Amino acid sequence: MALRALVGCKRVIDYAVRVRVKPDKTGVVTDGVKHSMNPFDEIAVEEAVRLKEKKVVSEIIAVSCGPAQCQETLRTAMAMGADKAIHVEIPSPQYETLQPIHIAKIMAKLATDQKADIVILGKQAIDDDCNQTAQMTAAFLDWPQGVFASKIDKEGDGLTVMREIDGGLETIKVKLPAVISADLRLNEPRYATLPNIMKAKKKPLDKKTPADLGVDLKPRIQVLSVEDPPVREAGAKVADVDELISRLKALGRI
Amino acid sequence: MHRFPSSKLVYAMQNAVCRNQVVVVASSRLASTSPAIDDKMKAKADKMSKKAPESKSFAVNMFRGSVVAEQVFPYPDDIMSAEQRETLEMLVTPTQKFFEEQNDPAKNDEAAKVADSTMQGLKEMGAFGLQVPTDLSGLGMSNTQYARLVEIVGAHDLGVGITLGAHQSIGFKGILLYGNPEQKKKYLPDVATGRNIAAFALTEPSSGSDAGSIKTRAVLSPDGKHYVLNGNKLWISNGGFAEIFTVFAQTPVKNEATGVTKEKVTAFIVERSFGGVTNGPPEKKMGIKASNTAEVHFEETKIPVENVLGGVGEGFKVAMNILNNGRFGMGAALSGTMRAAITKAVDFATNRVQFGRKIDTYGGVQEKIARMAMLHYVTESMAYMVAGNMDRGFQDFQIEAAISKIFGSEAAWHVVDEAIQIMGGMGFMKETGLERVLRDLRIFRIFEGTNDILRLFVALTGIQFAGAHLRELQNAMKNPTTNMGLILGEATKRAFKSVGLASVSKELVPYAHSSLSEPAGLASQAVADIGVAVEGVLIKFGKNIIEEQFYLNRLAEAIIDAYSMAVVLSRASKSIERNLPSAAHETLMAQVWCNEAYDRVQNNLGAMSAPRSQKNFKSMSQIATNICKEGGVAHQNPLGF
Repeated sequence: MALRALVGCKRVIDYAVRVRVKPDKTGVVTDGVKHSMNPFDEIAVEEAVRLKEKKVVSEIIAVSCGPAQCQETLRTAMAMGADKAIHVEIPSPQYETLQPIHIAKIMAKLATDQKADIVILGKQAIDDDCNQTAQMTAAFLDWPQGVFASKIDKEGDGLTVMREIDGGLETIKVKLPAVISADLRLNEPRYATLPNIMKAKKKPLDKKTPADLGVDLKPRIQVLSVEDPPVREAGAKVADVDELISRLKALGRI
Repeated sequence: MHRFPSSKLVYAMQNAVCRNQVVVVASSRLASTSPAIDDKMKAKADKMSKKAPESKSFAVNMFRGSVVAEQVFPYPDDIMSAEQRETLEMLVTPTQKFFEEQNDPAKNDEAAKVADSTMQGLKEMGAFGLQVPTDLSGLGMSNTQYARLVEIVGAHDLGVGITLGAHQSIGFKGILLYGNPEQKKKYLPDVATGRNIAAFALTEPSSGSDAGSIKTRAVLSPDGKHYVLNGNKLWISNGGFAEIFTVFAQTPVKNEATGVTKEKVTAFIVERSFGGVTNGPPEKKMGIKASNTAEVHFEETKIPVENVLGGVGEGFKVAMNILNNGRFGMGAALSGTMRAAITKAVDFATNRVQFGRKIDTYGGVQEKIARMAMLHYVTESMAYMVAGNMDRGFQDFQIEAAISKIFGSEAAWHVVDEAIQIMGGMGFMKETGLERVLRDLRIFRIFEGTNDILRLFVALTGIQFAGAHLRELQNAMKNPTTNMGLILGEATKRAFKSVGLASVSKELVPYAHSSLSEPAGLASQAVADIGVAVEGVLIKFGKNIIEEQFYLNRLAEAIIDAYSMAVVLSRASKSIERNLPSAAHETLMAQVWCNEAYDRVQNNLGAMSAPRSQKNFKSMSQIATNICKEGGVAHQNPLGF
C-alpha cells in the first residue's frame, strides 16, 4: 500500500544572506531580505519525492506555516515534486512569536486530517536552529520517530531508518505511521527545473488558518533580546612556548 | 534641395553580417520597402509625395533635435504582471544555483565544448525554450523575463550563452516570429525542450557584412513540391550538431506585374534529416570556445515547399526581424558578465593591501571602480528598457536595440579589462577566471553586426528620418498658406537656435526627478545640439553624407551618449521615486555619467564642424591610403634598417 507523505517546508532567510539584527533588538531584519526554503526541508522534500519515485509514497503534501510569501516556498516544493500544498497563514505579529510547539501541533493536526502515513521534516531550521518540531510532532501524534535520518528504506510494514548519532550511525526500525527528520546526508536535493516551476503553478494550494485547525498560538517563550554574537577579540603573538605558558597562566586559563 | 541616402544604401549597411549572425537592424518600414532595383523609381516617386514617416523612437527623433519621451520615461520596470514577476522570481534562484553548482565554465573552455552534463541539465531546466509558448512545451517568457534569465547565463558562462542564444535568439526565432501554425506545432516543441538544437545560417565565405550578396540558392523542383538547396554557410553557431536550420538562400521570384524574374532571398526551415546537409569540424576560436562554430554545407538538399518561412522573397525581412528581436538579449547577458567581474574586482580591491593601505582607498582604483559601475548601470538600464519597450508592443526599437548592443559589448570589454587591471597579476592568471571572460567578450563587438557597421546604421537611419522631415518642410515651403502651422513651428525652432536661445533647451527636465534637473538639462541640450549638427551635415553633404564615415561615426557616438543620458536619468528617477535604498547612489552615478557624456557629445559634434577636425579627417584618410599602398606602416624603423 502506497503511503501519503506530509512534508514541512519552512521559509527562512537564505543561507547566503548576512543576517542583521534589528536596531531595537527584537529580532533580525527580514524586510527586503532574500528568503528560501530551509535547506533541511529541501532534503525532506527530496526524500519524499524519491520515495514517490520508488512507488513507496503515492502522494506528497507540502506544508508551510507563516506569511503569504510562504506560498513561494510551497511552489518550489511542488516544482520539486510535491503534489499539493497547504499554506497555514500566520500573519506577521503572531509569526514572530511562533515556536516549534505550535508548528508541531499544526503538523500533527494536518497529519491526522490528511490521513498521512509518514511525516518528513527537516531536522532543524537554519534560522532558529531549534531541532524540536519533529520530536514534538511525533509526541502529539503518539507515533514512532526516526530523527536525524541519513537513509530511509521501506521494509515490510515499516521503515528502516539509519540515524546519525554521536560517534556513528544507528539503524532502527519504525512502524508506520511515523515521523522522520532529515539530516544533511540523507540526499542531495534536486533543482526545481523551470518547466516544473511552471507546472507547479497549476498544482493545488490550500489555505488554512491556525483557527481552522484549532491550534492556539499563544507563545510559551518570551524573547528578551536578540543580539549579534560578540566580535572576536584580536589575539596576540608570543615568541616561544615559555611565553605562551606564562601568558596563559596570567590569564588564568591553565 | 537635398536628397537623402537612398534606402538601398542604408539597406546594404543593415545587412552587414559577421559570423552566422547578421547585423541587420532595419526597421520594418525600411525592410518592407527594401528596393528591388526596378521598384526603385516608383519608391522614389512615392517618397517625394509621401508625408515624412512618424516614429516614437527616442533615438530616431533625436536626429531632428526633438524629444519624444514616451519610450524612455517613465522607466519601464513595472510592465510585468504580478504573476509574471512571481514566476520570474521563482526561476531566478534555481537558474543561479544551476550555474554556480552544476556548470564549470573553465572546463567548458578547456574542452572547447559545453559539458554533456551541462547540456542535459539545461535541457531539463527548460533553458532551450524560454520564449516558446507554454502550450508548445516552452516557458512562455516575455522579453523582460528572458533578459533577467540570460543575465544569469552571462554572469557565469558566455560560451554556454552563445550555445543557448544561437539556438533560441536566432536559430528558431524565425519560426516563433514568422512560422505558420503548422510550422510552429511541428518544430517548436522539440526545439523548446532541446531535443533538437537549432542554428541560424546566413553568413557565407564571400558574404559577411554585405548579407545581400549570399550565393546559396534554392530552386523550385519541376513538380513544385520541393526547393532544391545548394550552397555553403560559414561560422554557424551550433552548426556541428544542429538538427533544425533557418537557412537564407536566393530564390528566383517572378514579378507578376512585369513578368521579370529576379533573385530574392527566402528563408527556409531545413532539417538535417532532409539529406545533403554536412558540416565542417568545429572552428578553433579566441573565445566562446565552448560554443560550437562550424561550416554547414547544403548539397541538393530537398526542402518541402511548406518549409518556406515568412513567404517567398521575404527572407531579408525575416532575417532582419530575427536579429532585431534578439539583440536586447546581448545587453542583458553582458550586464550579468559585468556585474560578476565587478564583484571579483571589488572583492580584491577591498582586501588587497599595498603601501600599508587597502587599495580601494586610492583614488586611482576608486575611479576605475566608479567607471566600471557606471558602464554597468548604463548597459543594464538600456537592456531592460529595450526589452520593456518590446513587451509594451512598440515596434520601433531597432535603433535603441543596436545602440544597446554597441554600448553593452564595448562597456563589457572595458569593465572586464579594468577588473583584470585592478587585480594586477592575479587578474592575468587563468585561475581568476577573468582572462577567459575577456576572450569570450571579444566576439560581441564583431558578431550580430560589427559595432562599426551598426554605428553607420544608427547614423544613417536617423539621418534618413531627419532628412525626410526636412524635405517635408521644403515641400511645405512651396505652398506656405496651407502649411502655415508646420512652417511656423520649424521657423520658431530655427529662430531660437540662430539667436542662441536653443542653448536653454530643457525639454527633458519635467520628465526627470527634480534632483536630476541639472543633468536632465544637459541631456536636453545634447538632443537639441544633435538636431543642429544633423541639419548641418545634411546641408553640407546632401545625399553624399553616406560616404562620410568620419562624420557618421561621430554623429553615432553623440547619439549613443545622448541616449545613454536619457536612459540613466529615467532609471535613476524611477529609483528615487520608489525610494530604493540605492536611490542616492544611483543619483550620483546618473549625475557623473551625464556630465561626462555631455562633454563627449559636445566634443563629437564639435568635430563635425571644426575646420581643424575636418582637416584631420582628410589627413587620416591620406595616412591610411599611404599605408595601404605600402602594405604596412609607411615609415621606417628610426635606425633606418
